[in-house]
Amino acid sequence: MPSLKDLKNRIESVKSTRKITKAMQMVAAAKLRRAQESAEASRPYAERFNAVMAGLAASVGGSDSAPKLLRGTGSEDVHLLVVMTAERGLCGGFNANIAKLARAKAEELKAAGKTVKVLTVGKKGRDALKRDFADLFVGHIDLSEVKRIGYANAQDIAKDILSRFDGAEFDVATIFYSKFVNVVTQIPTAQQIIPASFEDDAAGDDSGAIFDYEPSEEAILADLLPKGVATAIFSALLENGASEQGARMSAMDNATRNAGEMIDKLTIQFNRSRQAVITNELIEIISGAEAL
Amino acid sequence: MANTMQFDLVSPERSLASLEATAVQIPGADGDMTAMPDHAPTITTLRPGLLKVEAPAGASEYLVTGGFAQINGDSMSVLAEKAIPVAEVTRAHLDDLIAEARASHEAAKDGDDQTIVDEAAKLLADMEALGTHMSL
Repeated sequence: MPSLKDLKNRIESVKSTRKITKAMQMVAAAKLRRAQESAEASRPYAERFNAVMAGLAASVGGSDSAPKLLRGTGSEDVHLLVVMTAERGLCGGFNANIAKLARAKAEELKAAGKTVKVLTVGKKGRDALKRDFADLFVGHIDLSEVKRIGYANAQDIAKDILSRFDGAEFDVATIFYSKFVNVVTQIPTAQQIIPASFEDDAAGDDSGAIFDYEPSEEAILADLLPKGVATAIFSALLENGASEQGARMSAMDNATRNAGEMIDKLTIQFNRSRQAVITNELIEIISGAEAL
Repeated sequence: MANTMQFDLVSPERSLASLEATAVQIPGADGDMTAMPDHAPTITTLRPGLLKVEAPAGASEYLVTGGFAQINGDSMSVLAEKAIPVAEVTRAHLDDLIAEARASHEAAKDGDDQTIVDEAAKLLADMEALGTHMSL
């Protein structure tokens, strides 16, 4: 049985924890709004880009002269998994879910006899995968100094990946991130970026117009494919940013509620103990008086 | 014949313009071109340069780098990796572009391919001319 003083101390400490989680929740809510705004602002670009690329890829894709980024290297023995997570924890299952998906994929590829390489973006994913796959790590990109994700960040990551591709370090690249649906739902997603694949339904909206290409179709495609990698990464980073804040917000909301419940429970316990102490003292006084 | 066409200028981070335009001059990879309504459907990549929009509401200019334009006849989209309204362009932006052009020129100089060297030199000259044009 904890003493009254102990209980009082615990109530105080849970109260200050609740204050912290409440503040974190409010900060996450504000950041979430910003993250959602930038994710939405980036959508028109990504959509149009993919529509044009889908059209181009459909017309050039079949030929042997198609760029490697589209056609692939001809084999698929070496896989690069780009695991994109947050730099900070305390956001529920956000980082764990992405890491879990990546881990499952890595195990599956290894079982199939493929070589797996892992590139991590964000500290938390690296920490989560370090135990099982430390020997597979080929690099890490640190975004902890970045306040607001910009396209330049995505370009840097894309440049890193593309230089590895040019150096024939891998055949297939897949990015892992979390798709933002709403505050309580984020879906961990794996998306293959090299060789590039575009949804066919996006190609339909050009209403069959036949375009002139300047310079040639192939040249445009070769120019745009690397940008496609950057665009895919940029969208993933923004989705991830929104997901992280969403997950943190609901995690902190839960934590705040739990802290509240705990305070109620401890307060009841505190009051009961106090009552017991008073009753005890009274009994002692009365029995002392009777003994006289 | 329609007098205007829908013009959209988007960069990865935001959408910069979406308006009815009468003519748009873009720095195409093979040279500047002006697209007016009912232009033949064309897709072209862009080199860094100035994009000029003429609209009933007034003309505007943007500095664009990298990306492509899709001309559809009744609409036109420009997807630029970086696009800045000219009014917001500072000397620093331009210095970055010039430095980049210079770096690619330096890199190309050592190569054997004369066309690449010429292109890089042209880019460098363009960028410097751009600075003069904007009197920065």
